[in-house]
Amino acid sequence: MSNIPADLKYTKSHEWVRTLANGNVEIGITDHAQGALGDLVFVEVPEAGKALKAGDAFAVVESVKAASDVYAPIAGSVLEGNPSLTGAPELINSEPYGAGWIARMKPNGAPAGLLSAAEYQAHLAAEG
Amino acid sequence: MPFIPHTPDDVAQMLGAIGAKKIDDLFDEIPKDLRIESLAGIPEALNEMQIGRLMSARAAQDGTPLNFIGAGAYEHHIPSAVWAVTTRGEFYSAYTPYQAEASQGTLQLIYEYQTMISSLTGMEVSNASLYDGGSAVAEAALMAIRAHRKSRSQRVLVPTTLHPNYRKTAVATTGGQGVRFEEIACPKGVLSVADLAKYQGEDIAALVIQQPNFFGVLEDVDALTDWAHANNIMVIASVNPTSLGILKPPGEWGTKGADIACGDCQPLGVPLSSGGPYAGFLTTKMEYVRQMPGRIVGRTVDTNGKQGFALTLQAREQHIRRGKATSNICTNQGLLVTAATIYLSLLGPEGLGRVANECHRNTQELVAALTRVKGVKLAFERPRFHEAVLLLDRPVAPVLVELARRGVVGGHDLSVDYPELGNALLVCATETRTAADIKAYADALAETLKAAVRAA
Repeated sequence: MSNIPADLKYTKSHEWVRTLANGNVEIGITDHAQGALGDLVFVEVPEAGKALKAGDAFAVVESVKAASDVYAPIAGSVLEGNPSLTGAPELINSEPYGAGWIARMKPNGAPAGLLSAAEYQAHLAAEG
Repeated sequence: MPFIPHTPDDVAQMLGAIGAKKIDDLFDEIPKDLRIESLAGIPEALNEMQIGRLMSARAAQDGTPLNFIGAGAYEHHIPSAVWAVTTRGEFYSAYTPYQAEASQGTLQLIYEYQTMISSLTGMEVSNASLYDGGSAVAEAALMAIRAHRKSRSQRVLVPTTLHPNYRKTAVATTGGQGVRFEEIACPKGVLSVADLAKYQGEDIAALVIQQPNFFGVLEDVDALTDWAHANNIMVIASVNPTSLGILKPPGEWGTKGADIACGDCQPLGVPLSSGGPYAGFLTTKMEYVRQMPGRIVGRTVDTNGKQGFALTLQAREQHIRRGKATSNICTNQGLLVTAATIYLSLLGPEGLGRVANECHRNTQELVAALTRVKGVKLAFERPRFHEAVLLLDRPVAPVLVELARRGVVGGHDLSVDYPELGNALLVCATETRTAADIKAYADALAETLKAAVRAA
């Protein structure tokens, strides 16, 4: 059973979004996603300043068996990619909701169209 | 005898299993207007005896002329061991060794090839090869665009000193993906930093530098590389592997070295064979390894701690990442890679250096001998490797025809790709040309030019 913190928002493509105190957001991939990928060997994080539409591929997570795009859950601009992932991609496996965050973004307006923890839980159950 | 093992019953059963009526139904997603019934100009099939006879007759037309053409494919001495080993049953396949447990020999050979090519180019990592030098430039351009962290530009600068076929291949391969190759004219036979000044500060992904360039002339690779890096442009080196026996490797160009180095393996033990097949090589720095297309073989240890080899970094290849793969042309040219590896291991760094020096010396002698002929001048008075551009006092094509009649293949006529150069002829002398060969060419050229004057 994968961990789905109640205080975060989610996407159907398995990203999570945390709204920070200053209104910016932190983004990563869910515990379910890291479990499905297996041990990560490389993460390509976005450059600061990159402008994104919701749904744009903005990062790549690579395990020994697959390389997958990570999609921007919301529109906005990238403030920073997580520099720790360059040397330690396994942080996504060990702490997907903490030290394994992928990028911080400044959203264009209030984040919309995201799933609650319960909705994401239901989505995972439906995906089977 | 039929070479296709399926009987009509087999075919009907297979079609039935997927619910298709006839084989044509399998292709119905290809629009009708894109399909053709037959290829114009391709005659009816011949049987084995007829085709053998035809090909022998065609091959005999080549004769055994003295060859002075380079232009991207070079006649070098190939030690007999190269193809004796390459054509052994254990190696005789060009296919990718996916099944590591059954392919340790092939995998080890590719690993050693990668090691030799990395060492030769001074780069950190090599892939298991590409089709040829032209497709390697195309893949290098796509790779640079993907790898460039600070630019989203799809512009790539290519001087006209890059092989015209490489430029055409790169445009044909990548044009559909939006890559824009911008040609820089080089009337002086080299690319200079001054030619690049107008691109200063622009958003450009990469600059391609060929060394030695298509005219055989040495580019000022250090200054060009440093200019590109100062302008946030990645450097793609297209290099002749033989020349690296004596020239500075691309990994050491300028302050930071080229970002990607590629080229054609043909000079390393691959016969001319009327233009192919050859193999391309592609190398880069470790920081860009995940953007490198094609197969890469890695060395590892098995559960018992013994050395073993396996394909690695495959997560971005087409069988996993489909349309988002780093390349969808990522086969390697295994057989030619085998030949190149054996060639390099037989020669070693010292042997390759001797070949390169001989090529250079013979070309210097060739230029001296030919420019003594009345009506022949040297075009670019610059340091060169094993090719040079000569200017004749009349159109080149008829002169080449006359030389061929005298048993000399006199060089590559540049007037098609470089009309601005006038009656320009690209000549080459590798280590295979002797002093007598060079004298024979000079005599034949003198007679040809004299005879033509008399005829006029």
